[in-house]
Amino acid sequence: MPTLLPHFPATFIVTGNPLIYGAEVSIVLATVGILFVLTYFKKWRWLWREWLTTVDHKKIAVMYLIAALLMFFRGGVDAMLMRTQLMQPNMHFLQAEHYNQIFTTHGTIMILFMAMPFIFAMFNIAVPLQIGARDVAFPYLNAVSFWLYFFAALLFNLSFVIGGSPDAGWVSYPPLAGLEFDPGPGENFYLLSLQITGIGSMATGINFMVTILKMRAPGMTLMRMPLFSWSVLASSILIIFAFPVLTVALALLLVDRLAGAHFFTMLQGGNPMMYVNLFWIWGHPEVYIVILPAFGIFSEVVSTFSGKRIFGYSSMVASLMTISVISYLLWVHHFYTMGAGPGVNSFFAVATMSVGIPTGVKVFNWLFTMYRGRIRLTVPMLWAIAFIPIFAIGGATGVMLAAAPADYQYHNSFFLIAHFHQVLIGGTVFGMLAGMYYWWPKMFGYMLNERIGRWAFWLFNGGFYVTFLPQYLLGLMGMTRRMYTYPADMGWNALNFISTIGAYVMGVGFIVLVLDVVYSIRYGERDVTGDPWNGRTLEWSLPSPAPHYNFARIPTVTSRDAWWTGKQARAKGDAPAPPEPLQPIHMPKNSGGPFILAVIFFIGGFGLVFNWYVLGLLALLGILVNLLLRSLDYDTDYYVPIEEIEHTEATLRRA
Amino acid sequence: MTIAHDRLPARETRADRDTPLEYSLEEGALRIFGFWLFLATDLVLFACLFATYVILRDNTAGGPTEMQLFDVPTFTAETLILLTSSFTGGLGTYAMHQGSKRGLIAWMIVTVLLGLSFIGLEVREFAAYATHGAPLQRSAFLSAFFTLVGTHGCHVSLGILWMLSILYQLARRGVTAITARKVFIVGLYWHFLDIVWVFIFSVVYLNGVMG
Amino acid sequence: MSQHPDRPSDHASSHAADRASSHASNPPSGSPWMYIAGFVISIALTLGALWLALARQFSTEALLTVILILAILQIGVQMFFFMHVTESPRPQFNLWILGLGMFFTFVVIASSIWIMSFGGALGY
Repeated sequence: MPTLLPHFPATFIVTGNPLIYGAEVSIVLATVGILFVLTYFKKWRWLWREWLTTVDHKKIAVMYLIAALLMFFRGGVDAMLMRTQLMQPNMHFLQAEHYNQIFTTHGTIMILFMAMPFIFAMFNIAVPLQIGARDVAFPYLNAVSFWLYFFAALLFNLSFVIGGSPDAGWVSYPPLAGLEFDPGPGENFYLLSLQITGIGSMATGINFMVTILKMRAPGMTLMRMPLFSWSVLASSILIIFAFPVLTVALALLLVDRLAGAHFFTMLQGGNPMMYVNLFWIWGHPEVYIVILPAFGIFSEVVSTFSGKRIFGYSSMVASLMTISVISYLLWVHHFYTMGAGPGVNSFFAVATMSVGIPTGVKVFNWLFTMYRGRIRLTVPMLWAIAFIPIFAIGGATGVMLAAAPADYQYHNSFFLIAHFHQVLIGGTVFGMLAGMYYWWPKMFGYMLNERIGRWAFWLFNGGFYVTFLPQYLLGLMGMTRRMYTYPADMGWNALNFISTIGAYVMGVGFIVLVLDVVYSIRYGERDVTGDPWNGRTLEWSLPSPAPHYNFARIPTVTSRDAWWTGKQARAKGDAPAPPEPLQPIHMPKNSGGPFILAVIFFIGGFGLVFNWYVLGLLALLGILVNLLLRSLDYDTDYYVPIEEIEHTEATLRRA
Repeated sequence: MTIAHDRLPARETRADRDTPLEYSLEEGALRIFGFWLFLATDLVLFACLFATYVILRDNTAGGPTEMQLFDVPTFTAETLILLTSSFTGGLGTYAMHQGSKRGLIAWMIVTVLLGLSFIGLEVREFAAYATHGAPLQRSAFLSAFFTLVGTHGCHVSLGILWMLSILYQLARRGVTAITARKVFIVGLYWHFLDIVWVFIFSVVYLNGVMG
Repeated sequence: MSQHPDRPSDHASSHAADRASSHASNPPSGSPWMYIAGFVISIALTLGALWLALARQFSTEALLTVILILAILQIGVQMFFFMHVTESPRPQFNLWILGLGMFFTFVVIASSIWIMSFGGALGY
């Protein structure tokens, strides 16, 4: 019954577990610490003006990156806890219930709150600079996307200490995730926070699609566009068409839970498999959404550090577009075992295998780009090279899993776990780390330390093999996923032990990576040229970090790898064209609207988690008012005067 | 709020008499394109709701069926009202292109009133079902029905609020390139909802009464 | 800054108003007859579908097919007569995206039905 006051469960604040007590104490301490530092150093105004209200894509990229690394840490800790629990048979490190919560939050956080913001960080830092634009098409909407993601992540993580974490797996299948078997608020946290971040992701997809299709610099035809921007376009197509499906799947499950509907219940004609179907219509494209940008980054990195044009540019573009369409047509391979019949399973098996063709084209193109190139083994290049063998193994096991009859054996075993970690870590995480090292100087104006970076790379990459190769064998030996513990006589002990050691090594690798960031903040080499890697695309034509308007003069593009061609021409002695006179630049004004909107979403989401409809309705009203105020605001932009541009340019180019 | 692109042939665009007012600014063109993309996402959203409905429509769990519930005059009236509102909305855009602020405002008010009467009929229909043993909780079929048709109804309600806000801005600021873009976009939204309704009319109601 | 057409100033809006009036000579979105024709066709399609469903002269499958075809024709009517889908600046990416959206819409609905009926009437 909806009432004015919520019926908070007796366990509103989660108690009874030392890990959670520790988390609660550290959350309080961290919050107090942040508030104290901000107040002591009088940074509140700075925080609000420079960050919370910004609509600058470069600052939004920085915030996405920080958030992604924080969530990588949280998800990584979950992984360490799980591997510790599985290190030996009959362990009692975690309670069964706690273990369920941890594998749920690990998966959800890694996919939606780590991988997604990480790719969005790369979208934001690189795309406008690469295509010669001054910002994305809708900078205000871009800020809305970020803050919705941020507060959704906050809402999701809040469940750890308030109300209890979701525990039905990251896929949250009913009827297990239905009210009957999972009455606590944990599932509501999952549904609402994913819903909120999903809205933000959809807006990002639309934003970058418009930016790429409509805001390229003059002369930059689609076939002259850098491959990373192409990969963002392919990824955005998938975001636009896949995320609405997630919205519906989550919304229907939420209506089941909050309003007593019967979409996915076992009673009154509900059909839980329909949720599974909808979830994977989104879920399969989702893995391509996070991996296509990584492909784009590898293309940039491999080409830059081989000192060559990318091999087979057109086939790279064609394979990106083909993947983005085919990957929408494979989802049933996640539930062959539903038994939809030979026709259905055969169709989706063939479709699944066929996606290996364009992917293979890309891998060969990267190899041919490196062939006879002058390879520089920088840290980004190391991640890119290491990706190839891992992805080859992951792809091969993927084809094994795609064979429907064989999948009945592998389904939900550790073989599957090993496979998708191999493609998601080897593809997405390696790609994002390559991109992070590659674009870091463009974001912050200094380089990350290469030496520490190599340490991080070798630890993480080495640990990766040690962690996941044994899991293939464990899967073939019958160990199923989500297994809380196992008896000693299964023959799994040694492999599990090795796998856990590997996970620890990866953990150390991550810590070294963070150390690299911390060390480089203090001692990192300044990037004074704006082009530290001898790059090929337009972002390297700008100072690092780029001024807030990006380009004082919008460049005119005459070829692929526009910056490289220009450098070659200048080296040959061609005099650059005299610069056109500067003009005032039209820029968007900062606004607190996106932040406030996301706060309202957060409040409404929190209310609905506890069936507190009054709060939900108030939030709906607040959202409408926020949108109305934005619509009535005609004072949203301004012009940067010529004198200010001249001054900024002179300061930045002084070095 | 978009970044102007000095490179775009803005002056020529403006001189081009065939370019509609709503496209006359680069910002307008970007936003209209962005809105088409939004409509594509909404299309897929409704596709999922339709798929769910079609799959669950026979699962009445012994409760009322489509045949017993749907009332031909009611849903025909809803359909005709919404189609007419799409037409009047179109006439508003036409008046705008003629430079007639008064015509635009008048047709938009008519559209809002038709939208309100559509919502009124739908609320009455829903209330009748819910109070006669066919609430959302009764069966999977009814859950799917209320969610599909209700989502469309929420879209229409939002459209009405949106048009009211634009009416206010038109009254204050007149027909400018910015307000024209807003009118055009809300028009796209409204016609899109009409298309969705035609499918609700065909797949849910007509299919339902055919048995 | 006359190069900046979207400057939200009086200058821009007065110019815009000026343009609006100049449109009278060459309206971009057809004559009112376009709208009236679109309206008449859409009402005819709707009433036709209604009549077919109520008269029940054919089998249910045939009727359903015809009704769906009529509904798809309605999309065309709304898009061309009311939504001016073809008026956007070239290249018309919005048409590409709409096409792709309709393809995915078809995929979602048709395959979901196929999958959730466990291979459908054919048993496949």
